[in-house]
Amino acid sequence: MSRARLHPAGVLTAILGLCMMGYGIYRGELSVVFAKAVNICMECIGIG
Amino acid sequence: MDKKKTKHEWKRHRIQALWALLTNSYLIGFLRGGIYKGPLKNLCVPGLNCYSCPGAVGACPIGAMQAVIGSWNFKFAFYVAGFLVFTGALTGRLVCGFLCPFGLIQDLLHKIPFRKKLNTFRGDRLLRRLKYVFLVVFVLLLPLFCVDVLGQGTPYFCKLICPAGTLEGGIPLVLLNASMRSAIGWLYAWKNLLLVLTIFLSILIYRPFCKYICPLGAIYSVFQPISAFRYRVDHEQCVDCGACKNVCHMQVDPVKNPNDPECIRCGACKKICPKNAIH
Repeated sequence: MSRARLHPAGVLTAILGLCMMGYGIYRGELSVVFAKAVNICMECIGIG
Repeated sequence: MDKKKTKHEWKRHRIQALWALLTNSYLIGFLRGGIYKGPLKNLCVPGLNCYSCPGAVGACPIGAMQAVIGSWNFKFAFYVAGFLVFTGALTGRLVCGFLCPFGLIQDLLHKIPFRKKLNTFRGDRLLRRLKYVFLVVFVLLLPLFCVDVLGQGTPYFCKLICPAGTLEGGIPLVLLNASMRSAIGWLYAWKNLLLVLTIFLSILIYRPFCKYICPLGAIYSVFQPISAFRYRVDHEQCVDCGACKNVCHMQVDPVKNPNDPECIRCGACKKICPKNAIH
């Protein structure tokens, strides 16, 4: 992959992604992700 | 040429295996029949890796997306969507080629000899759009709108479709945990049927789950044309020999479109090019 020509739209979109992550963390979404991830997901494994 | 291709492929598989081991390094979980519950589970991994795999140390982004969308208090997953936007905008589908454990499993399954491998077929390109349907319907709409009395949705993609969850989480946990074994029913049978089908098709077709089903690949593919790090073809050096097109397992022609949404950036085209025209 070319490092010489970083696509500016890609860089801007990546920054937008970081901002979205920050906003998601700020409003407390991490707790939902964490709660789901540390308990066995019965649906995921085909039981619940 | 074949030797060069094989050498490059195995080099990539070593990176894939190392990443899969790193993101599933809670090996004691495989002995205890439980899962990791530490703080790293706050973080998403870039590839499809069930968080109910006994070894998983991170969260699957597709599962996490459905969990947040389906929760009673949030109806959009900024954190997970932001992570996917960030990763996709930087690398496109490089994750599919290098950092997805389920991609590695399919890669290895496809190495099993079979009488006739199916490279492409009529309707192949059209069928590849199915993954966008799975993304919109099973990952976004159903968890958002099909909710219980508390306003909570179910991770429908994980529940009804995802064979990675069955392979990485369902089978080991059911084998290792007696209480899980006693709870299995029709859903478990259905998911195992899908897994068997995926395994068989992976021997026949290169990465069928990635091509036709995977909602994560669908998300990353959207960013492929604008991703910061990307392929480009030097048309002055290119001699149109067609070697790159022929070597591509995803049936992409890099000369026509080096950033095709179907390209998983495995790098086979770069390695095979006799003029080093792909950068």
